[in-house]
Amino acid sequence: MNALPLSRLHSVLLKGEFAVTAECGPPRGANEEVVKQKAQLLKGYVDAVNVTDNQTAIVRMSSIAASALLLQIGLEPVMQMVVRDRNRIALQSDLLGAYALGMRNILCLSGDHQAFGSQPDALNVFDIDSTHLIHTVKTMRDEGKDMSGYALDKPPRMFIGAAANPFADPFEYRVVRLAKKIDAGVDFIQTQCIYNMDRFKKWIHLAREEGLTEKAYILGGITPLKSSGMARYMKNKVAGMDVPDEIIKRMDNVEKKKAADEGIKICLETIEELKEINGVSGIHIMAIEWEEKVPEIVKNAGLKN
Amino acid sequence: MIVGEQKPVREIIDTIIRYKKLLILGCGTCVKTCFVGGEDEVAALASALRLALKQEDRKIEIEEQTVERQCENEFIQEAANAVARNEAVLSLACGAGVQALAKRFGDTPVLPGVNTTFIGIQQKPGLFTEECQGCGNCVLAVFGGICPITRCSKKLLNGPCGGSQKGRCEINPETECAWQLIIDRLTLLGQHKNLRAYIPPKNWQPSISGGPRKYIREDHII
Repeated sequence: MNALPLSRLHSVLLKGEFAVTAECGPPRGANEEVVKQKAQLLKGYVDAVNVTDNQTAIVRMSSIAASALLLQIGLEPVMQMVVRDRNRIALQSDLLGAYALGMRNILCLSGDHQAFGSQPDALNVFDIDSTHLIHTVKTMRDEGKDMSGYALDKPPRMFIGAAANPFADPFEYRVVRLAKKIDAGVDFIQTQCIYNMDRFKKWIHLAREEGLTEKAYILGGITPLKSSGMARYMKNKVAGMDVPDEIIKRMDNVEKKKAADEGIKICLETIEELKEINGVSGIHIMAIEWEEKVPEIVKNAGLKN
Repeated sequence: MIVGEQKPVREIIDTIIRYKKLLILGCGTCVKTCFVGGEDEVAALASALRLALKQEDRKIEIEEQTVERQCENEFIQEAANAVARNEAVLSLACGAGVQALAKRFGDTPVLPGVNTTFIGIQQKPGLFTEECQGCGNCVLAVFGGICPITRCSKKLLNGPCGGSQKGRCEINPETECAWQLIIDRLTLLGQHKNLRAYIPPKNWQPSISGGPRKYIREDHII
């Protein structure tokens, strides 16, 4: 891991503090105020804010532009970049531009398939995969070269992140895939939402045994459930999501108007458990269209005062 | 083989409507195997068109013929007389066959009756699956004989995405996750090293990305 901080998020992790990141989905429109308002809610409660890149393959304001807006109001973005829509030429170019605009964290992803989005008739790209993107950003940073080997005038120096999903199959391979991403150059990992704590613990145990938690910071993914309907939807409809029946039952067993409170309670319990797990360096809160709950979660979890 | 699907009859009618004499030309190789372009399909389509056009009170003479392979001049030649007797040709071959006909019979309109879909196999009777994208730079040796470029929805070369569940692809539960298959097969073959290796970005130059392709065999040029 790099000894000099590449970003504020990196410096928090270097100090050994329990890091908190959250997510801000850009709007389906050019309204910069929406981005600023959403982000303003998070100010002071998180170390950095992920800005999604056309998530679920729906056209939204670009992650670079929305990240730049976050910088304007003093929040540090984690710019997400998917390989679905851009070939290697565009990805590298946007990476240089993003760094020039002040982005210091990147999250390298494959991206949701366009079949899930609003324009399934689009052509996808997938010229390179997410592991290649990690390797590219790392080579630019540490060797100062683009993918052609050309020496860049002022290479971008990004803190490099990637996703990991301990809940997808095949389970044993999930640690191998993590190792491959770390070998390719990942500095931090944000995981898929954790509801199945047993499985998460098994995964991080294997990662620890491989020495992987020493090589990259792992931030556990948290998504508060708003209702039992949402819990069921996550369980049945969202690919790669593991919501155990006990969680569904807990959400079912409370009055409808108290479901959101129960969701927050579950999420706080998860954070408490994560704090105790060796190898977990922080949390990543993905409060989907519920950003206003992030301050409450952070405060009640005893994080960031 | 090259797999195709017959175009909807309505779409075919719209493309042939201006002709009074039409040759439906089948192809007896790939598209015959996938039940789209052989003699039987030529006959069935001819009947369907005659019936549909009769109902619309339109007159058309349809001639039927099938050659062994529409992608080779030697076989195409057999259809020359029939082509000359008709105003247009409706080809039930793949896109290569349609274009080979268009090259050979420059002054006759050649229309496609088939949507060419992929290079694949008949996995079981009636089920055809895509296996190869003709990328021009085969990587099957590394992946245990299973192509992630063709069979992974995201063309991932370094492992399954977070949507792989119970061996199924996130975009369609009826589609197998190519990476689950690759992992299972490499494990079976004892090729664990390949599972852990970083596979670098692919060179797409030999693919269609590098422009229309040619293959030249000097030793066969006359």
